[in-house]
Amino acid sequence: MATKLPATDVVVVGLGWAGSILAHELAEEGLNVIGFERGPWRDTAQDFNIASAPDELRYSARQELMLRTRQNTVTMRNNTSQTALPMREWGSFHPGNGTGGAGNHWAGITYRYDPSTFRLKSHLIERYGQQAYNDSNLTLQDWGTDWDEMEPHYAKFEAIAGTSGKAGNIKGEIQEGGNPFEGPRSGEYPNPPLKQPYGPTLFAKTAAEMGYKPYYVPSSLVSRAYTNPLGVTMGPCTYCGFCTNYGCANYSKASAITTILPALIRKPNFIAKTNSEVHRVTLDGSGKRATGVIYTDASGRTWEQPAELVIVAAFILENVRLMLLSGVGTPYDPRTGKGTTGRNYCYQTANNAQLFFKDKNFNPFIGGGAVGMGIDELNNDNFDHSGLGFFGGGSTRVTPIGAAPIGNTPVPPGTPKWGGQWKRAVKEHYLGNMSVGCEASSYAQQGNYLSLDPTYKDPHGYPLLRMTFDFPDNDMRMAQYVTDKIGEIGERMGADQVVKTPRTRPWNNLSYQSSHMTGGFLMGSDPSTSSVNKHLQTWGIPNLFVVGASAAPQNPGFNPTGTVGALAYKAADAIRRLYLKNPGEMIG
Amino acid sequence: MSNDSGARTGVTRRQVLATSAATAFVAAASSKASALTFTQLPEWSPFAHNPPPTAPPGDHWQFFTADEAATIEAIVDRLIPADDLSIGGKEAGCAVFIDRQLQGFFGTFARLYMEPPFGKGTPAQGDQSPLVPQQRYRFGLAELEQYCQSEHQASFKELNGDQQDQILSALEQGEIHFEKYPSADFFALVLQNTKEGFFADPVYGGNKDMVSWKMIGFPGARYDYRDYVEKHNQTLDLEPLSIGGGTHWNHQG
Ligand SMILES: Cc1cc2nc3c(=O)[nH]c(=O)nc-3n(C[C@H](O)[C@H](O)[C@H](O)COP(=O)(O)OP(=O)(O)OC[C@H]3O[C@@H](n4cnc5c(N)ncnc54)[C@H](O)[C@@H]3O)c2cc1C
Ligand code: SF4
Repeated sequence: MATKLPATDVVVVGLGWAGSILAHELAEEGLNVIGFERGPWRDTAQDFNIASAPDELRYSARQELMLRTRQNTVTMRNNTSQTALPMREWGSFHPGNGTGGAGNHWAGITYRYDPSTFRLKSHLIERYGQQAYNDSNLTLQDWGTDWDEMEPHYAKFEAIAGTSGKAGNIKGEIQEGGNPFEGPRSGEYPNPPLKQPYGPTLFAKTAAEMGYKPYYVPSSLVSRAYTNPLGVTMGPCTYCGFCTNYGCANYSKASAITTILPALIRKPNFIAKTNSEVHRVTLDGSGKRATGVIYTDASGRTWEQPAELVIVAAFILENVRLMLLSGVGTPYDPRTGKGTTGRNYCYQTANNAQLFFKDKNFNPFIGGGAVGMGIDELNNDNFDHSGLGFFGGGSTRVTPIGAAPIGNTPVPPGTPKWGGQWKRAVKEHYLGNMSVGCEASSYAQQGNYLSLDPTYKDPHGYPLLRMTFDFPDNDMRMAQYVTDKIGEIGERMGADQVVKTPRTRPWNNLSYQSSHMTGGFLMGSDPSTSSVNKHLQTWGIPNLFVVGASAAPQNPGFNPTGTVGALAYKAADAIRRLYLKNPGEMIG
Repeated sequence: MSNDSGARTGVTRRQVLATSAATAFVAAASSKASALTFTQLPEWSPFAHNPPPTAPPGDHWQFFTADEAATIEAIVDRLIPADDLSIGGKEAGCAVFIDRQLQGFFGTFARLYMEPPFGKGTPAQGDQSPLVPQQRYRFGLAELEQYCQSEHQASFKELNGDQQDQILSALEQGEIHFEKYPSADFFALVLQNTKEGFFADPVYGGNKDMVSWKMIGFPGARYDYRDYVEKHNQTLDLEPLSIGGGTHWNHQG
């Protein structure tokens, strides 16, 4: 039985990016805030020491910073005819745990979605007609918000994270050297772009010769010492190459622990409860009001924490699972396409071309998760899709993340996997290889969804989340198309061998693709097809906000966290400006 | 291996650096390991949840029997043979690395979800075996020994290099039948762990003197390339560094 604790104003579930933002903004308002985090307290000096951080076995191969599947995992299957089985080891994606969440070991690429993304369905029908849309067999939705509403919140997140880059469009004026496909920004990035290693430089030069418009990948690995608006100081990125899957020892990679929590933890009205896992949100008898959360602490005791306002920001997977476990919304039914909780689960369609050069040295160990150059001509609806038989596309980038050798010694196809020949090939190709990636859109179709697993349970006896997903035909055609295009760029760069790897079915848990899962608790303007309104407020339960990539109705060809951060500031702004004055549903 | 209970003695270079880094960045709030409710500035306690690895102590095997160890040493020496590019897998310490890994949390999959039922599943659903690495090695090595005895009346380690390579190829292709754990999966696990041992930081017992890093030109645990990032298409010839130090730090004279 859960022991009831004294009530507080606000509980926040999860102290990663979204939860830390909400907790900070509401604590600023003077409210008493308790943040629950299932993992440990993490901070740079304690956990990411410079003398032990660059350890590939520990952080990358053995997944030190990720949620341990023993604590919680998901089950997976490609379609409803299969039996879902648990991900016993993370493969396809890498969820986080502990303060900072996945934001500690993320790569730091910080995009804004483009304006058409927020009204994708309407946009495609306007441009290509209802028939072409119907033929795609997709179940796309508009977001119920737009670029003008999102822009200030993107700017706020970038200021907190110290995002480094070069604007492509300031107030409608296209800027030389930036991404011309960006929506109009209110101002320049907070920090100038990072320096570029050889790989991205050669890519950008060749792409420009081919008529593309290369730009600096927007990066929350900061290019210089930076103090953010909360007074928290970050150090310049040193291109150490132990970045994605690692914590940063230099305070250079933006994460809640390097940008927000150092300020938040000093506030007397904020308490962080770590190693405390929330199991569900409690509702009152009417089901129209959240009353708090049930959680278990590190000693194994279970408590009820009552609160006036409940914020769930536990990463997309756990956001959806907690809503299913709490009975919030109607579970989605893939046969009828009705129901909202678990709806429109999407992923990212990651494609790649590996380039092998005989006569070049890229020093591939120099880099970081978001160090690189990109082009956006192949993304989203930036090119005419008439007659192509698919919608969508991806951001094409060369981002050398570092090349620690357990995971980064590619050899050309056909090379033996072991023995003397293998070793010779490893040596021959280590310095002279690089890759061009295309992180492409993932669009919703009726059969892809999230639900509770009927068989497998977590250590507390609660069902695991079940993921039913495979790539739609639309996305497979898109993957072929964009991968051919990036292969052409690779050829033009002068590679001796170009190995194209478009994403193919079935979706699998065998190798890392991305941690950019989206959907399941969508934002929208229609309660029959969405779960939260444009303020991230749950339809029918006005004191429950669910924040994260779970709100995205489908995933564009961009990494999600810039938008997750913006949505968190958007929700906080609505609570501060509207909800606290008049606690009820905020439609307008 | 950094295991969750790793007892540590003395103050290492890492701890000293950890302490000085902490004082340089007072802005970082932190915690006392035991306290789970944080308000205001918590105390700082280095590596509270998981200490960094220390070099595996001693010469004796921690998981393998002497016979198993001899077989594994023979295998890693074929997977990564000695040649003009580098020493072989055995001398590089790959078998020691695997032994220490099996003795740590990896060996029992202590961090992984190992609840039943164990369905067979589709290839896309990934590893669904109920066996943990300690069992996979124990069973696999025993069946390999049986196979070698019945086919060649000798232990794997007594066969010549060509014979060993043939057997390894057959394992890789799943052509030799193992009862308890499929031979192709066993081979893939040994190969994966051997490569980890060859390429991981030497503090884990393999990659002796950073041999693989020197071979390919990976500078190891350096953390600052600001002066090099714009030196395009140039050979940098940087001496590699381990998280345990540089070669010249670890040898006297
Ligand atoms: C390897 C990797 C690379 C990535 N690279 C990029 C990139 O370059 N660009 C990009 O845009 N995105 C990237 N991402 C994605 C990015 O990390 C996430 O989008 C972002 O962290 C999401 O923020 P969040 O607040 O929703 O979740 P998180 O930051 O993960 O925070 C959620 C927190 O909630 C906690 N929690 C969960 N369940 C519970 C519970 N029941 N009770 C209590 N606490 C709970 C978790 O432990 C976690 O700390 C990457 C992710 C990974 C793993
Ligand atoms: S590449 Fe930069 S941001 Fe990433 S871990 Fe290294 S120093 Fe930190």
